Amino acid sequence: MDLQETLLSSYLAFDAQDGPQRTLQDERAAAIEVFEQQGFPTKKEEDWKYTSLRNLTKTNFSVFPKEDASLKLEDVKPYILQDVDTYKIVFVDGVYNAYLSETTHEGADICLLSAALTKKKYAAVVKKYFNTIAEKEESLTALNTAFTKEGAYIYVPEGKVVEKPVQIIHFSTAKNPKLLVQPRNLIVLEKNAEIQIVERHQSLSENATFTNVVTEVFTAQNAQLDYYKIQNDHTEASLIDSTYISQQKHSHAKVHTFSFGGKLTRNNLNFYHKDAEINSTMKGITLIEGTQFVDHHTLVHHAQPNSESHQDYKGIFAEKATGVFNGKIIVEKEAQKTNAFQQNNNILMDDKASINTKPQLEIFADDVKCSHGCTIGQLDEDALFYLQSRGIPKKEARGLLTYAFANNVLQSVQIDSVKKRINKLIANKLGVNIGFDV
Amino acid sequence: MLSIDNLHAGCEGKTILQGINLDVKPGEVHAIMGPNGSGKSTLSTVIAGHEDYEVSQGSILFDGEDIAELSADERAHKGIFLSFQYPVEIPGITVTNFIKTAINQNRKAKGLEDMPANEMLKKIREKAALLEIDSRFLSRSLNEGFSGGEKKRNEIFQMAMLEPKLAILDETDSGLDIDALRIVANGVNKLKGSNNAIVVITHYQRLLDYIVPDFVHVLHEGKIVKSGTKELALALEEKGYDWIKQGA
Repeated sequence: MDLQETLLSSYLAFDAQDGPQRTLQDERAAAIEVFEQQGFPTKKEEDWKYTSLRNLTKTNFSVFPKEDASLKLEDVKPYILQDVDTYKIVFVDGVYNAYLSETTHEGADICLLSAALTKKKYAAVVKKYFNTIAEKEESLTALNTAFTKEGAYIYVPEGKVVEKPVQIIHFSTAKNPKLLVQPRNLIVLEKNAEIQIVERHQSLSENATFTNVVTEVFTAQNAQLDYYKIQNDHTEASLIDSTYISQQKHSHAKVHTFSFGGKLTRNNLNFYHKDAEINSTMKGITLIEGTQFVDHHTLVHHAQPNSESHQDYKGIFAEKATGVFNGKIIVEKEAQKTNAFQQNNNILMDDKASINTKPQLEIFADDVKCSHGCTIGQLDEDALFYLQSRGIPKKEARGLLTYAFANNVLQSVQIDSVKKRINKLIANKLGVNIGFDV
Repeated sequence: MLSIDNLHAGCEGKTILQGINLDVKPGEVHAIMGPNGSGKSTLSTVIAGHEDYEVSQGSILFDGEDIAELSADERAHKGIFLSFQYPVEIPGITVTNFIKTAINQNRKAKGLEDMPANEMLKKIREKAALLEIDSRFLSRSLNEGFSGGEKKRNEIFQMAMLEPKLAILDETDSGLDIDALRIVANGVNKLKGSNNAIVVITHYQRLLDYIVPDFVHVLHEGKIVKSGTKELALALEEKGYDWIKQGA
């Protein structure tokens, strides 16, 4: 039985279970139909031309964790930001872990989707937002919708600035090998609300794991979203992240994606402008090696005038690692005075590393500024010599230059603790001590 | 300190240096002059240890040790410093962080711990003052958007921080106005001592008004064709290189 068949039969069992999924019966039924018809995307589809899910769909993943996995704080400490006070929503093998979490209902709701789905007081918000910006016809998103049960639920009311960052962390354990987890996050920021979020998926064993996560974010007028995704998983862990952000006037949504690990990582990051004068920022550093694979598909849909979008993705690919960057920008006819900027720079450290990069601009307005650029190159030999001549050995010099290359993406990170963490991950990944703190 | 014997070297199969002999002792200042294309920059690059250059004949001894097989960083650890004619721009790393890394990597090579932060800061301030560099400059990206003069000042600042035994200044005067030249030369002179040596590579005599050489060598077609004292530089300034070329 291939994975699609397994999932379709698992759906029947899942649907029959009692649980928070009950409240979403109609959406889920429609979604499983989409998935059943479309199946997993293949390389024949334009959006998946360079990304093969064949290995994943041949693996016999299960959606049901067989055993309860409990974790001690010591086991997971390295993966949780400790040096900053945060809210935490932690899941282990797809199941909420209250012991490691710190949720709140004071001032804002930072809790679980399962709670939001079952409690009356959240029904109106869920009904208004759930599955309204996610792409219903996209098969992996539909698959996630069909199995929606758990995830993070964040509701920030008008004018509320959430003072502490929120960590959303998903752990996979050795107790449930070959588990497919499908978290579903719903994040709603009302007018003038602000929040910082750090999301991480981490496998604690060398088992194969597969995460198909969907996040919907709504930023009302003048709301500020600052979202960090840390992707540094084990080499047998695969992640497909589909994030849909719906923006209202004067809102600013920023997403930083740090992709340092995993077997296969696909990021579908989509911004939809619902009004004018909106700002969207997406930045990323990809730093991978071995046979790792990271794919960034971004979309910014400019629908109304005077909006901005900034994209800056840096990629460093060593050994046989492969990257994909596809940046799609749509500027509707009404969206005059749009300023859309896109940059994708890549360094290939070895002969067998590769990157497929493609800007995709669809511009229907006539008074816009759109710039895009991509580069693919190697580390500058003259710069290497310069550093070496100052006593910095070759390995460290390469590390330092790589760090310098990625640095302007780090500059815009607003949480010091995240900045330090990323800095350390880069240094570890390059096997160097870069000799200074950020 | 530096003893070069019958050095033949080049890159991409082309031999540029055709038998250089040079002996530099502690406390000495040597000037190497010569027309464009005579091999001046190749000589400095070969001494500093650029991988693309190969020594086909002869030897380079530093403190009695053959350094021909050492990498550029290993030579730096032994105390060789090259001030680049065209310093490389490196966006994304500040002057301060760069020099911190360089200092600590040199210390590591000598088995020392990282320099304590306060000591580092003090040293940076002191050396920056010597070269009339202000603190805003130090937090800029390395050489990025620097003027010619700023780049050269930054080179000598690095030299001041690293305190090399042998400093090779490759065309340090090019691109400098007279004020910058004075600051740079003044910095170099303050760093000069009885235990270290300086090799000044230059096209023109004017830098040598400020950094006075003990010996002047004229390089032509990859060979030192004439050596003398500082008066030789003056003669070159007056007569140009043609009479040397004819003599060779």
